[in-house]
Amino acid sequence: MAEAAPGGRRRVLEARGIVKRFGDLVANDHIDLAVEEGAIHALLGENGAGKSTLVKVLYGALQPDDGEIFWQGAKVEIASPAVARALGIGMVFQHFSLFDALTVAENVALGLPTREPLRAIAARIREISAAFGLPLDPARYVHDLSVGERQRIEIVRCLLQDPKLIIMDEPTSVLTPQEADQLFETLERLAGEGRAILYITHRLEEVRRLCERATVLRQGRVVAGVSARAETAASLARLMVGSDVKAIERQAARAGAPLLELRRLSLPPDRVLGMALADVSLIVRAGEIVAIAGVAGNGQGELFTALSGERASPAEAVLIDGRPAGQLGITDRRRQGAAFVPEERLGHGAVPRLTLSENVLLSRHGSGGLTRLGFLLRQRAQRLSAEICAAFDVRKSGRDPEAASLSGGNLQKFVVGREILARPRLLVVNQPSWGVDVGAAVTIRQALVDLAAQGAAVLVISQDLDEILEIADRIAVISHGRLSEALPALSLSLERIGLLMGGAHPDRVPEAVDAD
Amino acid sequence: MPIELERRSEPSRAMMLASPAIAVVLTIAAAAALLAAVGVNPLRGLAVYFIEPLGTSWSLQELAVKASPLVMIAVGLAVCFRANTWNIGAEGQYLAGAMLGGWFALAYHATGAWWVLPGMLLLGALGGVLYALLPAVLRVLFGASEILTSLMLVYVAQFALDYLVRGPWRDPHGFNFPQTVTFEPAATMPLLLSGGRLHVGVLLALLAVAVAVVFLGTTLRGFELRVVGMAPRAGRFAGFDDRRDILLAFAVSGALAGLAGIIEVAGPIGQLLPNLSPGYGFAAIIVAFLGRLNPLGILVAGFVLALSYLGGEQAQIALRVPLDLTIVLQGVLLFCVLACDTLILYRVRLLRLRHRTVPGVP
Repeated sequence: MAEAAPGGRRRVLEARGIVKRFGDLVANDHIDLAVEEGAIHALLGENGAGKSTLVKVLYGALQPDDGEIFWQGAKVEIASPAVARALGIGMVFQHFSLFDALTVAENVALGLPTREPLRAIAARIREISAAFGLPLDPARYVHDLSVGERQRIEIVRCLLQDPKLIIMDEPTSVLTPQEADQLFETLERLAGEGRAILYITHRLEEVRRLCERATVLRQGRVVAGVSARAETAASLARLMVGSDVKAIERQAARAGAPLLELRRLSLPPDRVLGMALADVSLIVRAGEIVAIAGVAGNGQGELFTALSGERASPAEAVLIDGRPAGQLGITDRRRQGAAFVPEERLGHGAVPRLTLSENVLLSRHGSGGLTRLGFLLRQRAQRLSAEICAAFDVRKSGRDPEAASLSGGNLQKFVVGREILARPRLLVVNQPSWGVDVGAAVTIRQALVDLAAQGAAVLVISQDLDEILEIADRIAVISHGRLSEALPALSLSLERIGLLMGGAHPDRVPEAVDAD
Repeated sequence: MPIELERRSEPSRAMMLASPAIAVVLTIAAAAALLAAVGVNPLRGLAVYFIEPLGTSWSLQELAVKASPLVMIAVGLAVCFRANTWNIGAEGQYLAGAMLGGWFALAYHATGAWWVLPGMLLLGALGGVLYALLPAVLRVLFGASEILTSLMLVYVAQFALDYLVRGPWRDPHGFNFPQTVTFEPAATMPLLLSGGRLHVGVLLALLAVAVAVVFLGTTLRGFELRVVGMAPRAGRFAGFDDRRDILLAFAVSGALAGLAGIIEVAGPIGQLLPNLSPGYGFAAIIVAFLGRLNPLGILVAGFVLALSYLGGEQAQIALRVPLDLTIVLQGVLLFCVLACDTLILYRVRLLRLRHRTVPGVP
């Protein structure tokens, strides 16, 4: 087997020939994986490569259709997550399951199998957080905590069970670069104690920085087991994607007239524990791409709905093409030449159970000549849909399938294409390539760059710093509902953006984080 | 052996068609069991319920007469349910339409003028709309659950009707029976055939089906209602006003329920009575779901439910079983329809759990 044990370390976990099918889709196709004690092992692959399925099988959340799992040399059946935890497998999920209105200790107590007094739990949390450099105050309420701190709760919760193997699912996708660095130190310390860590990611630099070995998945199969540090980011990307990744072609922007202007936009939160927007000011000019960086949950969603008109704001706070637009609905803003791509594809940007041509109508019914006297012109919608699919290389089965049947990347290309082919003068995109494969991400980013080059103003809201640095002319950072000044991308370093993302408002950032 | 529901990668087309059929078969099986339980030969019972009503021209006409209010109400409910808006009070809107239209009939039927019947139908629909807008407005303004308010308003309508026919509108020469005078011909639905009760209202039900097919399938507004129902956030993204859509959905379903009410009064009944409906407004919910919220499916489903009403009457006479059995069967049918719909999105898998406990695991 490829994964021979260097230095003769024991294999904590070994999976052989894991197969998991969902209907016709083979999510895991005879996957072999071995994780050794004291090692940080990367599980690398694009979205849809089968990483999550494999991990769920290892954690007992899914039962494999075939294959065997060995734990410390003995064959085991992991019938449920409880069994996994009892064996010594812990998992930190990408999406936290925390109750905002409860304290840290209460949240941890809820996850424990036994009833234990809160005070004892709090003491154990303090002990663990001190031992592993994970500053965390058990008495604080979750809603006051930053994303990084919330993740620490999940890690501490996991460590309370004293796991031999910790599975981490894309842990840095929600962190600032500084928070990520802290996490890496913690992980190295855990590995130093002899614990094994299975680290799932699609970020290549992290793999090289952190991991010894990497198992690369593509389309449900293991395509390589490599020594991570001997690879380059480009060689890992090639393994992951299966071909060379195209680079974005772009020229320096020539910014023209302001097409979008925000003037001290303030809005209260639109839901309980939502984020208020405070004094947001921004100008986006024709021909440039402005990006808004920030950790999820800092007001991006609220900003997007205020820009799109799904939520009204004071008329003079939002100007499109110089005209007050705050009170206009989304259809009227579209008629002014604006277009919008929301973060959530399914259920927001598209209706899963409608066909693609019907989804064209979703955003184009008010402007595209797709209706007459209140009746739908379905053939025109179908033609437009075909045009979009051709222009953006949307792979689909059948002529006009349901949106839900497309893969994430293809549906995102369709949604972005639908808006770009409307030839907008202003495009606002929230998370343009969230959860899509590398090929689709490149297509989408290139389309945004081209749109700006044709003279449109493009505003990109993204958590992906690599993406932002790749396409943005100017960058602003959103934190706690406040937006920093937009600065030229070339003048900003990754560290500087990271600081703005995490520490723009020192009064809201707990000292423990800064103290390090 | 544990059972697991596994989400299908895409909804099964076969199951979309098969699920109502499976539900009907399961309901018939339940009917046989129930009949056996009350001491009736199941085969003979099923024949009385489901086959004998199809025997004669009279009974076939009767089937259409019973199916048409069900279909008409259910078509409106389908528009409403498609928009993810839950009008459970069609029974009340049916009565409201019957009352407002009935008032017009009582006021003007003696004139014998041609406009009496159209006026009744118009006011019947209007009564249904106004009564349906109550829960809709409460929902839009205060966020009150339309499921509860529309349901509770059914009882208000029933008591209002009861009061009217026992009080101000009672026929002075009716020997104190709680009923109004019988409507003059100007206020009754023309019959389509002699020797039965098949009336013009049946055609109006067919018209409602046709209009609903066009409305839901080809108009922007129908598209809007479907989008808002399937994905509210996508509806807002499309620029659709979900509050307007709630009002519209309730108005449409109220209009059709009210129309069905006044047609029933102007047709088979011919006067206002305390009991104008054998639960059509509730049974129409079953019809709507059995018809997959599709107007054409509802047309078929309406006849299935109408058959259960006719069969229920037959069974009362021939088998001496209570009418409650029919209502139980209608409930079982709804239950089966909703349960079978699960099969469209999920497949059932029997898990073969290999029982080998891990050492040290409780």
